[in-house]
Amino acid sequence: MPEIMVGAASELADGEHRIVAVGELEVGIFRLGDRFVAYENRCPHHGGPVCQGKLFNGVEEIIMPDQTSRGLRFSKERHVVCPWHGYEFNLDTGRHPGDARVRLRPIPVRVADGGIYIETRG
Amino acid sequence: MTGSRGDSPTSAPAVRELEKITIRSDTRDVLAHAAKSARKLTDYFIVDIDAHVTETAFWSDITDRIDNDYLRQAAKSFRERGGSPPGLLNAQPGMSFQDMFGRIPHQQQQAEAVSGEGTHRQVELTRRAMDSMGIDYTVAFPTPMLLLGMHPQAEVEVALGRAFNRWLVEELLPREPRIKAMMYLPFNDPDSCVEVVEEFADEPGVIGFTVVSTRYRPVHHNSYMRLYAALQAAGKPLAFHSGFHWGDESMKQVNRFISMHAISFCYFNMIHLTNWIINGIPERFPKLKVIWVESGLAWLSFMMQRLDSEYMMRTSEAPMLRRRPSEYIQDMYFTSQPLETSNLKLAQATMEAIKADTQLLFASDWPHWDFDLPTTITNLPFLTEQAKRNILGLNAARLFGFEVPRHKLAQVPGPEPALAK
Repeated sequence: MPEIMVGAASELADGEHRIVAVGELEVGIFRLGDRFVAYENRCPHHGGPVCQGKLFNGVEEIIMPDQTSRGLRFSKERHVVCPWHGYEFNLDTGRHPGDARVRLRPIPVRVADGGIYIETRG
Repeated sequence: MTGSRGDSPTSAPAVRELEKITIRSDTRDVLAHAAKSARKLTDYFIVDIDAHVTETAFWSDITDRIDNDYLRQAAKSFRERGGSPPGLLNAQPGMSFQDMFGRIPHQQQQAEAVSGEGTHRQVELTRRAMDSMGIDYTVAFPTPMLLLGMHPQAEVEVALGRAFNRWLVEELLPREPRIKAMMYLPFNDPDSCVEVVEEFADEPGVIGFTVVSTRYRPVHHNSYMRLYAALQAAGKPLAFHSGFHWGDESMKQVNRFISMHAISFCYFNMIHLTNWIINGIPERFPKLKVIWVESGLAWLSFMMQRLDSEYMMRTSEAPMLRRRPSEYIQDMYFTSQPLETSNLKLAQATMEAIKADTQLLFASDWPHWDFDLPTTITNLPFLTEQAKRNILGLNAARLFGFEVPRHKLAQVPGPEPALAK
């Protein structure tokens, strides 16, 4: 598959992301520790520029053993939030936290010789 | 614009860097994906019946137009204070929750750079959105003023409503003929509403009048008959623009913004539509056209069946009606946003029930967090091509008398239903 080097891995700090366009293909590249994941910059909802949105942790409800609620808090999951309507996606899986069938299109990404390479077809 | 710039060391193919979207992003960058889709719709006539200005971004432009010197001074005094809400408004808990606490920048604030040469900032913002979405005409509604119906001081609703109307006809509409408006009616003061109709009905760019639905005034009260007569005589449609209010006693029972917003936007229009029909207002003012704005469509299948069912048993309580309630609903107009599409069979059935091919009007609600694009309509698999064109703009052209460019006039609403069977 054709791939292209889009920058140096060292330029992307842990927890950061950048968005690149190669021709018509727009891709968000996210660094999660030592791992890199990449998704097409197109929200499955209405086609919004999802990867150009902000990163938030997911939110969970604090439920006690007796099933009472103590409100909401951030979880450890990292999400990207589409800036158009707020659809959010788990960066580990690319899936929507409320309906796993709704997902971002993953783009193969790898690091070689210090460079980040993404596939540009498919 | 700042959408793409910078090249990577790789020479071919070029790698462009796209910027993250913030409150300072140019609308054309935020909507760049919408613009790509719009390029496929260039022969569609598209009217956006419900887009919004953020009037508090230029609030003194409006409050300086308040007639009453006491209220004008009161509004000015707020400028010396920090925080919100801006003077005289009745903003309430939840209004600032709409951006999901920073997740949706364009709802949070539109702080993008505008040249400011020769036009009003709001005009430029509106043009950027219209051009990105491929919209021919747009109808401008306010934002925090949608709550003024709950203001405890009716005289403040009158003063701000009239000042906003004057700002529209003096500042916004003359600068861009593609922007239209439906004048604010201070519905808590029926006599003042009639004055608004008399003052503004013939102003260029004024295509109708608006009641902001979030309020407790019954629309069938006798005090409104002069208003409806004046609107009917003027030949201008009446829009009920819905909204929310977390301070409403019923809404206080729900603890999340999602719950309140989902119910509230339908709740107020359900009450007004029920009063409107059961009290026979359509029979009393048969030529007055009514538009229900920003409640989506899903509520209508409930209303049509529920009212019909009870009407057939309790006809004696609604003696003005000559037809079933659902048949009056089929004569009304509705805006499409926020269009519910999670169950397409239900969406199709609802559109058939309300005769969407002639009665439904596209609306974006831009720049609010639950906005829709024209592709929300064109992507529906069950609509015919003719129905899509009608909903996107030709129904509005017929209702408001918009001139349709020749190259977009190839398809016009016909007498036969255009929805797929």
